[in-house]
Amino acid sequence: MTDPAAVSGYEDPPPRMGFFTDTSVCIGCKACEVACKEWNAVPEDGLLLTGMSYDNTGSLNASTWRHVAFIEQRKPLALQDPGVMHPDVDVLEMAPLGSSTPPEQALMTPTAPGQEGDLRWLMASDVCKHCTHAACLDVCPTGSLFRTEFGTVVVQEDICNGCGYCIPACPYGVIDQRKGDGRAWKCTLCYDRIGDGLEPACAKACPTDSIQYGPLDELRERAAGRVERLHEAGVTDARLYGHDPADGVGGAGAFFLLLDDPEVYGLPPDPIVTTRDLPSMWRHAAAAAAGLLGAAVLACLTGRRR
Amino acid sequence: MTAPDPRDSDPRDREALTGVAAGRRRRRERRGEQPMVPKAEFTSYYGRPVIKPPVWKPLDIAGYLFLGGLAGASSALAAGAGLTGRPTLARNAQVAAVGAIGLSVVALVHDLGRPARFVNMLRVAKPSSPMSVGSWLLSVYGPLAGGAAVSTVTGRLPRLGLLAGLGAAVTGPAVAGYTAVLFADTAVPAWHDGHRELPFLFVGSAAVAAGGLGLATAPLRETWPARFLACAGAVTELTASRLMNRRLGMVAEPYRTGRGGRLMRIAETLTVAGIATAVLGHRSRALSALAGTALLTASAATRFGVFEAGMDSARDPKYTSLPQRERLRAGEGSRAVTG
Repeated sequence: MTDPAAVSGYEDPPPRMGFFTDTSVCIGCKACEVACKEWNAVPEDGLLLTGMSYDNTGSLNASTWRHVAFIEQRKPLALQDPGVMHPDVDVLEMAPLGSSTPPEQALMTPTAPGQEGDLRWLMASDVCKHCTHAACLDVCPTGSLFRTEFGTVVVQEDICNGCGYCIPACPYGVIDQRKGDGRAWKCTLCYDRIGDGLEPACAKACPTDSIQYGPLDELRERAAGRVERLHEAGVTDARLYGHDPADGVGGAGAFFLLLDDPEVYGLPPDPIVTTRDLPSMWRHAAAAAAGLLGAAVLACLTGRRR
Repeated sequence: MTAPDPRDSDPRDREALTGVAAGRRRRRERRGEQPMVPKAEFTSYYGRPVIKPPVWKPLDIAGYLFLGGLAGASSALAAGAGLTGRPTLARNAQVAAVGAIGLSVVALVHDLGRPARFVNMLRVAKPSSPMSVGSWLLSVYGPLAGGAAVSTVTGRLPRLGLLAGLGAAVTGPAVAGYTAVLFADTAVPAWHDGHRELPFLFVGSAAVAAGGLGLATAPLRETWPARFLACAGAVTELTASRLMNRRLGMVAEPYRTGRGGRLMRIAETLTVAGIATAVLGHRSRALSALAGTALLTASAATRFGVFEAGMDSARDPKYTSLPQRERLRAGEGSRAVTG
């Protein structure tokens, strides 16, 4: 059985729902971040300028459930020519000409082409992956984290006691503790919307359909076709991330089309659910504990008494 | 003041925005000598961590590792000492165990984001969650250790006290060992990757602590088991630590550098010094007490060292990304990316 809802004991669950985030059409508008905050009443988490890029959100955390990454690279994006690189232009030399120079006399215009393929922006809206094998869910000691009938992973905030175990367990660094609140929070894949047949707020707000919501099987098919088309169009960098049920988390419920290595976007290149090694851990710990008991027995049986 | 001419800068310099520590890096002088050997290939998102470091407070959680280990190993020592006619060692170890486990519970509850909800820990029993297993283990071990100590100190219900002591002796080592699984069952590279050695390192450290406490508090004629246990623990701990450092490769760096590395070195030095003093000074009460104190401190330093090393390995994205990238390169990846 590959449907996590069925594995979790749901009888005849609805199809597994998820996200396909196609970063090749993301324009970095951050409507997803805003829509998520609005719908889920997620509090503000610092109005800071990171100074590193147009990404002033920084990362996914307890109060950011969608995060738009923003990467600037000197690599061509297929045949796109953004025309913003003018290394041979001396603006000081141009300055005396003034701003009223007729276009034909100008040394450059806003539409003058720059070097070919000189720059690309990568934008990607990151989110909780809703893993098939979810470490956060496995390690939660209170049962606050649970698997929904849609195969997603959700925190029950009335049960979470803020032990924080899920936080270092997540191989993607998604779930986090909210300061001042103490509990762990993350994307619910809008559990309160999808039950009513609505799409999650971020997908609803996305103006380019970079964020697509639907049955996971359907999304995977659509994504494979999209990669093929992109490859045909010369975007050889296009690749899928998190779509494969054979990967270290059993396939993500929210997967991505990326244009570079995952680590460029802050994603782990080959995440593996930590609980995969748990049986081995318990065996080693049992051996160690038995050794300690044995050593204590031996310590007391040897030596002079009294 | 002349501003740097953008035309002078290598475009690759700006592309390094996606490289390690981008945004924090100061622009290099072009005139200077350029490194000929490129660094290990590694990209990150502005040098930000891939995983979230634990939000656990060092004093609470590393402190619990130490106290829980001390309690668990002390209970095992106490039962053996009691049955082999070493009453003072037994009583001291029992009292130490109940004190340490009591403080542990206080630290654990204090570390919760919602301390008032600590009882939710016993809401379910989940073998897939080492913290759930640990909570149940503590709720069995704690009362047993408490009952054994109360019976010994008051002299009441000796038969029940003996049974409780035996129960604590069996569950105590589990309390000392499960904490290694608690740490290893995370995405923290220095903890997870060490999941084979960490349990031995932890019970070794627990034995060192319990032995140290026995040495520090028991009369000379009863210290043999404490000395034996401390020696066995030290050998186990140091061996496990060596093996782990060798097997983990670059992921073991945080155990040797930074605050974690400093603590681990202090721990090792104190362990070796403490063991040497305990063995050579076995006829001296003062030297034994000194050795015991050194060993207790060493065990605490080990736990704080492991804690800090894990935090460092979580904060630096290279410990997460590089081994995974290597795995993919070697063709052993789990097919996370295709296209």
